[in-house]
Amino acid sequence: MLLARVTGTVVATSKEPRIEGIKLLVLEKVDPATMEGRKDYVVAMDAVGAGPGEIVIYVAGSSSRLTAVTEGKPSDATIIGIVDAVELDGVVAWKKGAA
Amino acid sequence: MILARVAGTVVCSSRKDGVRGPTFLLVRQCSTRGEAKGEWTVALDGVGAGAGEVVIVSQGPSARQTQATHQKPIDALVCGIVDLVDERGATVFRKG
Repeated sequence: MLLARVTGTVVATSKEPRIEGIKLLVLEKVDPATMEGRKDYVVAMDAVGAGPGEIVIYVAGSSSRLTAVTEGKPSDATIIGIVDAVELDGVVAWKKGAA
Repeated sequence: MILARVAGTVVCSSRKDGVRGPTFLLVRQCSTRGEAKGEWTVALDGVGAGAGEVVIVSQGPSARQTQATHQKPIDALVCGIVDLVDERGATVFRKG
């Protein structure tokens, strides 16, 4: 799994019927040491109800199809958690809402 | 599997991975000598590893081959704590 920041949403009116109704979000991978964006983006299906600006954990590959939302869907990236805090070397390096 | 050093934990109260209990660890790929310089990954803790420890991380579908992660949306699992690494007959890493 990787840490990423939700930077936007994707709207697609013409899509494979099986992915209708699933929220697609744009994620920018972050460097856990600084929590800054790495200019590396991925579109992920949302299984938790994440919103813009939030730091999330997303799972990639075949494992991303094993959530209730994405089971049997053509997903290769799924958000499985909204991050509250990141602790690095024993100290809280990042906390939701603090920065 | 890769060798990685545990750098910290990721606290996540809202999660949909379906795994009860185990924490998410923030790990960074390291050399056989334990120098953490590579890519960062969030991995589920399967062994009770702690900060600073060098661990073995299994990635991809293989991360689901345990009882706790079977059929769960997990793509990285800490599956061992490294005590010692031998390279060409010499010990290059020893825990502690």
